[in-house]
This record gives sequence, structure tokens and C-alpha cells, in this order.
Amino acid sequence: MNKSIYMDHAATTYTKKEVMEEMLPYFTTYFGNPSSIYTLARETKKAIDIGRDKVAKAINADSNEIFFTGGGSEADNWAIKGIASAYKKKGNHIITTVIEHHAVLHTCEYLAKNGFDITYLPVDEYGFISIKDLENAITDKTILVSVMFANNEIGTIEPIKEIGALCRSKKILFHTDAVQAVGHIPVDVKEMNIDLLSLAGHKFYGPKGIGALYVKKGIKIDNLIHGGGQERNRRAGTENVAGIVGIGKAIELATQNMEASNKKLVYLRDKLMNGLLKVPNTRLNGPIGEKRLPGNSNICFRFIEGESILLMLDAKGIAASSGSACTSGSLDPSHVLLAIGLPHEIAHGSLRLTLGDATTEEEVDYVLDTVPKVIQRLRDMSPLWDDYIKKGEK
Amino acid sequence: MIYSEKVMDHFTNPRNVGEIPNADGIGEVGNAKCGDIMKVYLKVEDNIVVDAKFKTFGCGSAIASSSMATELIKGKSVDDAWTLTNKAVAEALDGLPAIKMHCSVLAEEAIHIAINDYRSKAGLEVWDYKEHDDIHGEVHEE
Repeated sequence: MNKSIYMDHAATTYTKKEVMEEMLPYFTTYFGNPSSIYTLARETKKAIDIGRDKVAKAINADSNEIFFTGGGSEADNWAIKGIASAYKKKGNHIITTVIEHHAVLHTCEYLAKNGFDITYLPVDEYGFISIKDLENAITDKTILVSVMFANNEIGTIEPIKEIGALCRSKKILFHTDAVQAVGHIPVDVKEMNIDLLSLAGHKFYGPKGIGALYVKKGIKIDNLIHGGGQERNRRAGTENVAGIVGIGKAIELATQNMEASNKKLVYLRDKLMNGLLKVPNTRLNGPIGEKRLPGNSNICFRFIEGESILLMLDAKGIAASSGSACTSGSLDPSHVLLAIGLPHEIAHGSLRLTLGDATTEEEVDYVLDTVPKVIQRLRDMSPLWDDYIKKGEK
Repeated sequence: MIYSEKVMDHFTNPRNVGEIPNADGIGEVGNAKCGDIMKVYLKVEDNIVVDAKFKTFGCGSAIASSSMATELIKGKSVDDAWTLTNKAVAEALDGLPAIKMHCSVLAEEAIHIAINDYRSKAGLEVWDYKEHDDIHGEVHEE
């Protein structure tokens, strides 16, 4: 099977050719260490400034509020540990949600072992937090609220502006893990009252290994990576110059193309979801309409297990992902699917297909033709399907 | 995580999928909550396993283990089939990733239960069987 259909854009994207081409000279011609004094170094310093300006512009921040990191996980770690450490005299309470990425969840678990109290807000059946729950969770010890902009598994876009407004009125810092949102949906740190924001280049056709943390001017934050004076003494380590050039170009392209790209993605996504939901005994995970990420679809197929679906799809040339336990390497299925109230046995049968700029309607049609056959083949092997059919016959 | 070619072969083209009407012994293990259920059907004639089939809900290695385990006991005497270990199933598949070893345990257990089901239906004494001290065992006990 030579077919190759990539439907896992939420995991990572390819680097766009235009992005890579801008990066290339910074590996060979302009390789100088930006901290040095000679001409060669000045070129790289200039490139970093331009990259920073582009990232800042895309989220309506000022350039001196952008700090480059080694990726989204580092940005999340830094935001949460850095604020916890800088504000620990003020309080030891942090509020987050049950559906965060592990970069946030495991950081909070680490802090909980070191004397912090963490509140995990629940979500409704579509993955939304409630503003009322958030308001009720705030105490005079609360120093930080961290709520993801959009969920990586089920595509739920959280009410970020309302959360920002509430945190601002309560004078509590607000961090959002916007790794799935930046470059895909409008993000405006000023309008949305965001104090800290994490983003990662490889989710919007930039390179891997480069991300950024936005820190609003005037907020004190302790360092995570100690060492040299890079990033205005906030994040040590020789800059990933090519990566910074790449993330800048990628975010610029993503912002320019956003409207047209989303129009196409929403059309293809809805065609895909509606087609797959015609398979009996399936359910959609996450919301429908504008509060769902344009490229995300996530569906559970009852009576079968996700890893089997992925292996069979892979054999047909389709790359996808699942929230089943077997794909996570643990005994439990995805914490996000459990958080929206799915029983284990249904969560095991989830299939996430995430579309991107290169996705074509022909690919969607092929997937719509292939998936139901794979589902039926696995159901024909499943004793649960037998039980279900026999019950129906009685 | 990478599966061996054997595992992929038995997953993609599983042998012995199905049910045996009026099976002489049936063994079912696992539960839906854990994400795998294995059901093994045996046809026994003159103490020989003349046919074995399975239905499995589970991951790639669960389906491959079911396929391989049923292959390994077909044509064997019931006594020989009883001695099939999960290690033998995993080895016949050219190995399973460590976190997937429990799939081979399920296959061994399903066969033991099916054999004892046959023995009990045939009026024979059921054999003693010590369950594996496996991660799955712990989960199932909750």
C-alpha cells in the first residue's frame, strides 16, 4: 500500500517548504552565536529580533513579552513553576482543569508534592469548564489559573476571554496552554486578558524544538533554565536561531492563511465527522460548530479497541491517533475522554483524525470509505459485538 | 512501540476467528473496562482439540495472541493444550513488547478456562490452575 494520508496534525505538522527555506541559511551561512560581537553574530541577532516580532504580532503582544523556549512543554513548565516560585509568599493555590495536556498536569502534580494545593476544575460532556466553578474555586491563596486554550484531543475551545476577565477582576494571574490554538484560531492576549501563554512551532507548520512563552510586561517569574544571559536573562542557552526564524515565518503564514484555511478545514472536518457518525453505535467527542478546533474530529466506535483501529488504518495508509489505553502505554484510556464522562469501555474505542493544510477532499473520501470497513472487520472479531447483536435479536 | 512481523501478520490475517456452534468448551477472560476480552471456543474429540476459534475485543497484540494461541493448540491433546504457557505464545510471535505481555497471559487463561469448561461438561474433574500475578489481575480485582 503506497497511499499515505496524514490525519494526525494535532500531534505534529510537517514543516512548510517556505519555512524551511528561510531557516536553511541559519545553519550554514549565518551560524554565528548571537551573543558574540562580530558581524556574523549581528546577522543572527537581527534574525532573532525579527522572529520575535512576528510571534508577538500574531498574538497581539509586544516583542519584549515573547521568550523563546525549547517547545510547548518547556513553556508550560516554566509558566507554572516560575509563577509558583515567584509568588509562593502570596499563596500556594493553583487552579487548572482535568483535561490539560500532561505538560501542565504533571507539572501541577510535581508542585503538589512540594507544598502547593491544586484544584482541578471538571468539564461538562463537551469538555467546557464552567466560569462559575472557576469563580467558586478561587481563594485568597490562589496565585495562578491555568486553563488550556483548546483541547488537543477533542478540540474544545475554552471560554478564554471570560476566564481572562474573571482572573483580571480577581487580580489572579492567568496562564493558557495555547499550543493547539495559536496559528489556528484568533488569539489576542490583550483582548483576552492573558498574562502567560505557551505556544509551539511544530503545531502550525514550523519546526519542532522551538516554542515560546508570552509573559505580560511587569509580571515577575522565576527562571526555569539558569545559565547565560540569553532572552534578557530569562531563559539561558544559546538561541535556536534557525528554529526562531522558522517559528516566525510559520506563525506569519498561519496568521495570513487562517481565514481561508479554516473555511476549508471546517468543511472537510464536518464532512468527515458526519460521514463517520453514520456508522452505527458511534458517538462524537467534543462540541460541534465554532467552539471546536477547525481540524479536529474525535469519534468513539463501540465494541472495538482503538489501537486495533490505528494498526488497520496504518495498513491502509492512514495515520491517525486514539485515546485508548493501549496507545497511551497505561491501563487507562485518555484522561480527557474519561473527564467528559465516557465509560472506560467506550473511551477505548476512540479515533482522532486531525486535518491540516495539505488535507484534500479526496483524502477525506478515502478515509470515509476505509474506516467503516475497518470498524466492521474488528467488530466481526469482537465478542462484545456478538453480545450486542444477540441482544438485539432477542 | 514496534510489533514484530509475526504479530502484524497474525493481527492483519488472524487465524481461527469465529465461534464454534455447540462448542465443547468455552473460556472468556478480561473485561471491557480494561480494553480487552478474549473468548475461546474448543471442539474436542477423543481428548484431542480438533478445532479452536476465538473472538477478541482488544489491541493488536491481543488479537495476534488469540490467533497464535488457537493455532498452537489445534490438533493437540487436551493435556498438551493445558501446558501452553503465555511465554510460548509470545515466543511464537517473535516476542511482544513488555507492556503487552498481559495479552499473552489472557490467551493462556482463556484456554485454561475453556479446557476446564470442557472437562466439567464432560463429567471430568477440573484441573487446578494458578492465575498469573499479572497487572491485569490487579485491575480485574478492583
